[in-house]
Amino acid sequence: MSATLLSATLIYAQVVLGIAACLAGWRTIVGPRAQDRVLGLDSLYFVCMLLLVVTGIRVGTPFFFEGAMVIGIISFVATVALAKFLIRGEVIE
Amino acid sequence: MQLDAVPLAFAIPAALFLVIGSTLTLLGAIGLVRLRSFYDRIHAPTLGTSWGTAAIMLASMILFSWQQDRVFLHELVIGAFVMATTPVTLMLLGRAALHRDRVEKSPELPPVARLASEKPEPVAENPETT
Repeated sequence: MSATLLSATLIYAQVVLGIAACLAGWRTIVGPRAQDRVLGLDSLYFVCMLLLVVTGIRVGTPFFFEGAMVIGIISFVATVALAKFLIRGEVIE
Repeated sequence: MQLDAVPLAFAIPAALFLVIGSTLTLLGAIGLVRLRSFYDRIHAPTLGTSWGTAAIMLASMILFSWQQDRVFLHELVIGAFVMATTPVTLMLLGRAALHRDRVEKSPELPPVARLASEKPEPVAENPETT
């Protein structure tokens, strides 16, 4: 009972997060201006982080959290650096 | 994970939270694709970063607390980090887009965000003609 419920839910969550990652990647590639691409890249980062957490639930090891946390930190640093680049034209002055 | 050994009292809330979180993230991504201007689109992914992340982390906490036989709260770190950093990054990105649009005098800039010097002069109210 709970096995079918949980496996169906995990498959649903993985498929839906995969579709969301595809849509964010589409916005990253197509996005008419640079800030659209940065926004798409940011959402691609956190969708991949959630996908990694769901995969960790499915596999059953808590070791996926380190990967998810690293992706979260890299997403913050990358988006801040890209926004600074969009304002100033260079990251480190 | 041994999915068939999970009791229903843990499985049902976890499944509910997983469905809520992934569906909200998908809605945010659809909004990211469908909305018209950048200033509309910047609001859409926050649906996923607020309750999408929180619900998936809650489901993960519930299932791993059952699996490890103790309260397992590592996900709180990721959830708190995402919720603390997303407003900062999106504020910075919005300021960057506003700066770029003001420099280029882009027509995409909303009228509320225009500087006072760029606003068109009011035509109808001229004190000399009345």
